[in-house]
Amino acid sequence: MVHSVTARRRWVAAIGFLSVSALALSGCAQSQRDSGGGGKEGGTLTFGAAGAPKLFDPFYATDGETFRVSRQMFEGLVGFKPGTAEVEPALATKYEPSADGKTWTFTLKEGVKFHDGTDFNAEATCFNFNRWYNQKGAGQSDAVSQYWLDNFGGFATTPDKPSLFKSCTAKDAKTAVVELNEVTSQFPSVLGFTSFSISSPDALKKYDADNVQAAGDAFTYPAYANEHPTGTGPFKFGKYDKANNTVELVKNDAYHGTKAKLDKLVFKIIPDETARKQALKAGDIDGYDLPNAADWAGLKTDGFNVAIRPAFNVFYLGINQKNNPKLADLKVRQALQYAINREQLVKSQLPEGAKVATQFMPDTVNGYNKDLKAVGYDAAKAKSLLAEAGASDLTLKFYWPSEVTRPYMPNPKDLFGAISGDLQAAGIKIEVTTKPWNGGYLTDVDNGAPDLFLLGWTGDNGTAHNWVGTFFGRTDNRFNTGVSAWGNSLKDDLAKANSEPNEANRTKLYEEINKKIMDEYLPAIPISHSPPALVLKSDIKGVVPSPLTDEKFGPASKG
Amino acid sequence: MLRYTIRRLVQLVGVVLVLSLLLFAWMRLLPGGPVSALLGERATPESREALTKQLGLDQPIIVQYFKFLGRAASGDFGVSTGVQPGDSALDIFVQRFPATIELSFFAILLAILVGVPLGYLAAKRRGGWFDNLSVIGSLIGVAVPVFFLAYVLKDAASAALGLPSFGRQGDINATRVTGFFTLDGILTGEFDATLDALKHLILPAIALATIPFAVIFRITRAAVLDVLDEDFVRTAESKGLTASVIRRRHVMRNSMLPVVTTIGLQTGALLSGAVLTEKVFVIPGVGQALAIGFERRDYPVLLLLIIMATIVYVVVNLLVDLSYALIDPRIRTR
Repeated sequence: MVHSVTARRRWVAAIGFLSVSALALSGCAQSQRDSGGGGKEGGTLTFGAAGAPKLFDPFYATDGETFRVSRQMFEGLVGFKPGTAEVEPALATKYEPSADGKTWTFTLKEGVKFHDGTDFNAEATCFNFNRWYNQKGAGQSDAVSQYWLDNFGGFATTPDKPSLFKSCTAKDAKTAVVELNEVTSQFPSVLGFTSFSISSPDALKKYDADNVQAAGDAFTYPAYANEHPTGTGPFKFGKYDKANNTVELVKNDAYHGTKAKLDKLVFKIIPDETARKQALKAGDIDGYDLPNAADWAGLKTDGFNVAIRPAFNVFYLGINQKNNPKLADLKVRQALQYAINREQLVKSQLPEGAKVATQFMPDTVNGYNKDLKAVGYDAAKAKSLLAEAGASDLTLKFYWPSEVTRPYMPNPKDLFGAISGDLQAAGIKIEVTTKPWNGGYLTDVDNGAPDLFLLGWTGDNGTAHNWVGTFFGRTDNRFNTGVSAWGNSLKDDLAKANSEPNEANRTKLYEEINKKIMDEYLPAIPISHSPPALVLKSDIKGVVPSPLTDEKFGPASKG
Repeated sequence: MLRYTIRRLVQLVGVVLVLSLLLFAWMRLLPGGPVSALLGERATPESREALTKQLGLDQPIIVQYFKFLGRAASGDFGVSTGVQPGDSALDIFVQRFPATIELSFFAILLAILVGVPLGYLAAKRRGGWFDNLSVIGSLIGVAVPVFFLAYVLKDAASAALGLPSFGRQGDINATRVTGFFTLDGILTGEFDATLDALKHLILPAIALATIPFAVIFRITRAAVLDVLDEDFVRTAESKGLTASVIRRRHVMRNSMLPVVTTIGLQTGALLSGAVLTEKVFVIPGVGQALAIGFERRDYPVLLLLIIMATIVYVVVNLLVDLSYALIDPRIRTR
């Protein structure tokens, strides 16, 4: 495959979500989300970050905390509409594919200047594409250029590993033409990733941006990545005070769009979630990311604004067909679906804003089939289906993880309790195994030990390929769909949909796939989508919670 | 004396080598690992394999170990995969060590300042109500688990006393020189920063100090009791020396040997208490890094921090041994 879009990706970002405490959920009051707008000018906003940014050159970034800072200073050709996963024009005002989907023409915004005063134009755009494509030495390492490798494949000097990218031509100052070697549904939305932001060519050259060196297991980065990031965004780099764990950005007075209201934007690194909560209460910070769902109600009572993001994840009951032949029978899997009272589970176990899943992706993803309805809870039907399949005495090995919370799974123990209770009520016997998330659970799930397991996914982007493609795009997946004949046809259908150049046709293909997955295959049981949140002081306005955690502070104001 | 010191330091190198090999093997026997921790639900067979290779975990343990030794010899202890992914393990240690030292220093200082005088007074008034009360208090100090007391202090006492219930996380307005919050304020003249840092330290230091306090108190009391019964004390009394001279020159000096030994052992043992205390009070120190490192199977960080803890323990006890000579000149001649 030319472009390995299977999101192998930000292993480091995933860490941001790791947390060991088990959560108990309390009832949550009504959300009072502020849409902002017209806030006060000036001031400093201090945001509590969970980790330190590794560097400030987004192309070499791989983790959420690094992206969070870069996102405020840089812009890409396209971006995401605030509060959605929908692609919208950014530095490009317009973009059009050729009929075969391999040539993309970008019309660029005029009058845009980089932070160093140089012009943004088609030449600068192609300079960036060529810089990415021509990485050498350590710059080609997976740990350095991970986003390029995941989304564009190889480099100019790796003929054995071809790239999705072919060429970039500056037709005139405001027209850049990008040629691809293949068609993929991921383009151009991948250009909305902070990694593919446009840097000033002058600054890239001046500060030796590509000079990455391997030092043992680690990498050392050049001055550009450490001290001189130069983009077009509403904030400019101020300083990184390592001793005090703070990053300071300052307002870009020459910004081409609506200028930032804040004079300064500070990221204060506080790795511990409890400490962030206390820092917020003590007034040291103005907000932080991913408050525990158990804290939402309390934070609201204290007068803070819990901004709930649109859910961009899915929680499912995984079924592995490998060890128990009964599970290869669709009727048995359907019985599991009927047996689980998902509505009740969402209401009693998940935070405010959570929804029952009708398929393996949320409605913000292109290809979501809105005609699918969640199968209702029906224990009697479950029993009769099991009887029909000759599986009335079914015993299943059910694994659940301890010592973990995930955005889609804030309280594994309680979720397991609810689901296993429902299954037992339908006459299914359960053999329970619990292991720490990173103390055997993940390895067991990946090695196919359980029959049933709890897992989920947080999306990288709004393309269906990032969801169903990741789950079922291969047959040796965690569900072992290869056991059933449909596993192969599902894999082929997914590959075909991903390479369909016409967006309308592609959407239709994914809608059909989603229907087939739910009606005919049912490789696992999608259960819910639960929203993560960020918390802000009540006088902070203009921060729009994004399903992609793509929050920009340009429009933010304080007071 | 010098030969003795050198022999002890050579022993230390041996201890560290054996320990590092054991740790290396033990950590890899734990279920899970950095690859699972990092990839989570995003793992595919290929990504697992690639990351395993990238982290060098595909090689035999013994090969990994010798590669580690080779790199460690040049000061490279590997890169963190879980605590602060991408940072060098040594940087993490250097960054976090001051907070732990600061906490441990104030805890042991508190334990000594309270434990030694209390132990002396209790012994002087043997059998009295003060003695009995102190003994009961010290028993409670040893018996109550540190983490329980820590939570009581954090959640109840902090509100009642108006003290911060969590550790200091760094302050944008404070200038950092040494990494020690309390010391930096004094060096730069930012005394309010020092005051603030001390406020943040009070409750965790009390929590951490309980066990060493109780042990130091008991040992001091017992040692002073022993010495008070000695003939030379009676002789000193009968030849008319003042009470304060007897206390300083004869009683305290002669009873300090076991007390100093205990202080040394307790200082070394503080680290295990610090793991809990730092976890409860959210102090960004070595203990917190150990806890996170364990959850996420951060091999390089775990290895370095445990080895450093061992070195600290051995060095502290060496210093204690050397200090015997200062306290009791008779030892020097042996």
